[in-house]
Amino acid sequence: MFEKLFTPEALQEALQVIKTQIPLAIWETVYVTVLSTAFAIVLGLPLGVLLVVGEKNGVLPLPKGLMHVLNVVINLLRSVPFLILMIMVFPLTRLIVGTTVGTVASIVPLVIAAFPFVARLVEGSLREVNPNIIEAAQSMGATPMQIICKVMIPESVPSLISNATIAITTILGYSAMSGIIGGGGLGKIAINYGYYRYKFLIMLIAVVLLIVLVQIFQSVGTKIAVRSDKRLK
Amino acid sequence: MIQLQHLCKTFQTADGTIDALQDINLTIEDGDIFGIIGMSGAGKSTLVRCINMLERPTSGKVIVGDDDMTALSPAELRQKRRSITMIFQQFNLLMQRNCLKNVCFPMELEGMGQKEAKKKAKALLELVGLPDKALAYPAQLSGGQQQRVAIARALATNPQVLLCDEATSALDPNTTHAILELIRDINKKLGITVVVITHQMSVVEEICNRVAILDEGHVVEQGDVAAVFSNPQSDAAKKLVFPNGEETVLPPQQNEARLRILFNGSQTADQPLIATMAAQHGILATILGASTHAFHQQAFGEMLIGVPMQQKQQALDFLHSVDGITVEEVPQNV
Repeated sequence: MFEKLFTPEALQEALQVIKTQIPLAIWETVYVTVLSTAFAIVLGLPLGVLLVVGEKNGVLPLPKGLMHVLNVVINLLRSVPFLILMIMVFPLTRLIVGTTVGTVASIVPLVIAAFPFVARLVEGSLREVNPNIIEAAQSMGATPMQIICKVMIPESVPSLISNATIAITTILGYSAMSGIIGGGGLGKIAINYGYYRYKFLIMLIAVVLLIVLVQIFQSVGTKIAVRSDKRLK
Repeated sequence: MIQLQHLCKTFQTADGTIDALQDINLTIEDGDIFGIIGMSGAGKSTLVRCINMLERPTSGKVIVGDDDMTALSPAELRQKRRSITMIFQQFNLLMQRNCLKNVCFPMELEGMGQKEAKKKAKALLELVGLPDKALAYPAQLSGGQQQRVAIARALATNPQVLLCDEATSALDPNTTHAILELIRDINKKLGITVVVITHQMSVVEEICNRVAILDEGHVVEQGDVAAVFSNPQSDAAKKLVFPNGEETVLPPQQNEARLRILFNGSQTADQPLIATMAAQHGILATILGASTHAFHQQAFGEMLIGVPMQQKQQALDFLHSVDGITVEEVPQNV
């Protein structure tokens, strides 16, 4: 498979692709990833908060039935493989974007796949908050909303940022998969050239670029998370 | 005034029910520093948490000021909690906020403007002796400093009652002493009623004027600190006062009066009290037991002495004339 990787023709073609398609592909991958992560957080953060505060001993207990439904829906969405989910949400994608192919259209399945994941990550972060601190806030007469906005979320910011980094790198991987159904970006290039046309050099370049992007997101995210944590001297 | 009337608290666990508090009746007067002492598991923390309804009593009443805490609506309770603040063993500061913002926090909850809150927070940090730590984060402070910030935070809403839940248990003896001094100061200066939960005798001896001894969910003894500690009646109280067992004290001799001297920060650490008594008054006292410690030239603790019966009055008169110590006679039938 890799023996004819560096023939002159292959290099020639790769160079051509790097010049004409790669810059746009990188841009598409980045903006689909960032936008999808942003939407996933908009949906997932409140949901994650509900999962924690709505519990029986939480600061804002919700009806047991509602909590049950939330958990089942999240588990359901999390258990559908992304490849299948992309196809299953076609009707929704068409409703929102007007089409099911293209870069923008791939944002819809990405958000649907990612927001339950984000909700679980948020849930984990909020559970790390020292319950004694929440109790202290209660002893000062804080309302449930004040506890959520002024204690639970601010106290877990470093953990939330770490988890946002995990989310963005995972979504980056998913976005590459959406190349299969016509989503743009590096994933599309890897699949079109590598899988359909056996141009493995170009596929490798696309993969290396994806790795580089993950590295950048991860190291920036870790740095911000560490810097934001006031528990470390 | 805080009144606990027939207070009961039962916990349901997988292994059955636990009666944490059983028929507690206590009255804490305004301006008191009231100690609640007991071994771990006696129900002290549950009791104090019932005062501000962090724990809902199973039955009974908690009356603070004019309000029955058990009957307040959630909104009324939140309002009321601003006048009953609390400090904790683990300080429970917000770790992602600096000290100034931590002190501002309860004022923020009330909806006070930022400028005004900051100004007041600065004054409070000054009061607790940390004016230069406003911009430091809790993780950068020692335990004692964190507790000072927590005290400043607890004072931010001008409370009438300060609840201290094992507030000094995580601190070393010197820091404990300094924090207790601060609490006593606050009690005097601001007239705040203080409820102190502790398992340490020394804490109660040092700052409390009244005490209740809690044992297995019951109040077994209560009253003035000197009275309760000089003549403990219940087993639990005896265990606290004589941790090594009462038999370590010699049995009473005939014709001997026993006096208990309590040092409440007297300046006698460098004065030979017993020797003075012998040299100047000819009273020959036997030291039967003593547990004293000195901080900053001040003595704390207690001493049990025996004096000949006929010199009892003379000894009492002398000891009464010394500043900073309390003395009382121990009844013979102990």
